[in-house]
Amino acid sequence: MATLIGGLGTSHVPAIGGAIHKGLQQEAYWKPFFDGYPPVQRWLAEKKPDVVVILYNDHGLNFFLDKMPTFAVGAAEVYNNADEGWGIPTLPPFKGNVDLSWHIINHLVDKEFDITTCQEMLVDHACTMPLKLFWPEGACPVTMVPICINTVQFPLPKPERVYALGRAVGEAIASWDSDQKVAVIASGGLSHQLEGERAGFLNKEFDLQFMESLVSNPEWATQFSNHELVEKTGSQGIELLMWLAMRASLAVGSTPGVRKVHSHYHIPISNTAAGLIALEKF
Amino acid sequence: MTASQPLPQIPGTYPFDGELARRGYALNKMCFSFNSANNRAEFLRDEEAYMDKYGLTEPQAAAIRAKNVLQLLDAGGNAYYLAKFAGIFGLDMQDIGAQQTGMSKEQFKAMLVAAGQ
Repeated sequence: MATLIGGLGTSHVPAIGGAIHKGLQQEAYWKPFFDGYPPVQRWLAEKKPDVVVILYNDHGLNFFLDKMPTFAVGAAEVYNNADEGWGIPTLPPFKGNVDLSWHIINHLVDKEFDITTCQEMLVDHACTMPLKLFWPEGACPVTMVPICINTVQFPLPKPERVYALGRAVGEAIASWDSDQKVAVIASGGLSHQLEGERAGFLNKEFDLQFMESLVSNPEWATQFSNHELVEKTGSQGIELLMWLAMRASLAVGSTPGVRKVHSHYHIPISNTAAGLIALEKF
Repeated sequence: MTASQPLPQIPGTYPFDGELARRGYALNKMCFSFNSANNRAEFLRDEEAYMDKYGLTEPQAAAIRAKNVLQLLDAGGNAYYLAKFAGIFGLDMQDIGAQQTGMSKEQFKAMLVAAGQ
């Protein structure tokens, strides 16, 4: 069976793509953010996952309001990035892992998740940026399965439903008949709000509590409604649902515990509280 | 509480729900089209004709002309799609945040930094 090695959570912000492209990692504004990543890069270099499942939210590249799936699973051989309209460079195509995609799809539907399947899917910065942050040099060494969770249009799936989805993804990975090593990546959050008179809202105290809960009390955030999470973390802070699903994916099997490899937190990158965590499953 | 009952207001925050998605559909569809460089150029050549093509309501068109983010939100705009509109004019999220909060850009950025202390 496949080996689920652990999970990663990282924030995504379009400006990060621009900073990587321009080589600004050592500049004063960016250094406190990029300095969080080398310990995670080293852990990944040691563990060498073959495949990543990426939980992320599309920002209007692949999905528009004409058709807005709550949960969408990619099943493509290749995933293309494309112009998102805000001037960040378009990245080369990424390789999919179709076998794992269909194994996950079959398992999720069996577990009564009525997902959308996508044999063609453009992937935006939220999906691609973690790969550039975790493997900054050379070609991306992993294949991937993107899973998009709607955080654009309310009502969003409830936190406990997202947690259940994450668990089912973890079960699917653990039961995949393959010798490959798999990691689960969450892309999103942490606290931030782009719009309204409350734009610029950040909540360091809540973010740090949430990150800590992922180690010791993975279901902690499911006590809140999405409305409460928006109040506590901002309109886009709700993307922490990705992290919740990632953590849930690790809570499977006879040894559902995790060890924190590394975490990092920096305010601000653009208007966002940038979080990073790596959890090893044991 | 059932889903049909209104949720308590979060000050200065407008979760993009079905009501806003209905109200803002034409505006958001136009902004979604700005993923394409050709469409961005076409908009800049003739903003009024481009807005007509997407059938914007008058409040939506007025908000686009004014580049006023709070008006765009009230007209049903979604932050992610509006960001593509803002990108045409080289506005970043701190420009947008400053405009909505009535701060200067420097004040807005200082507020963000202070939240990390």
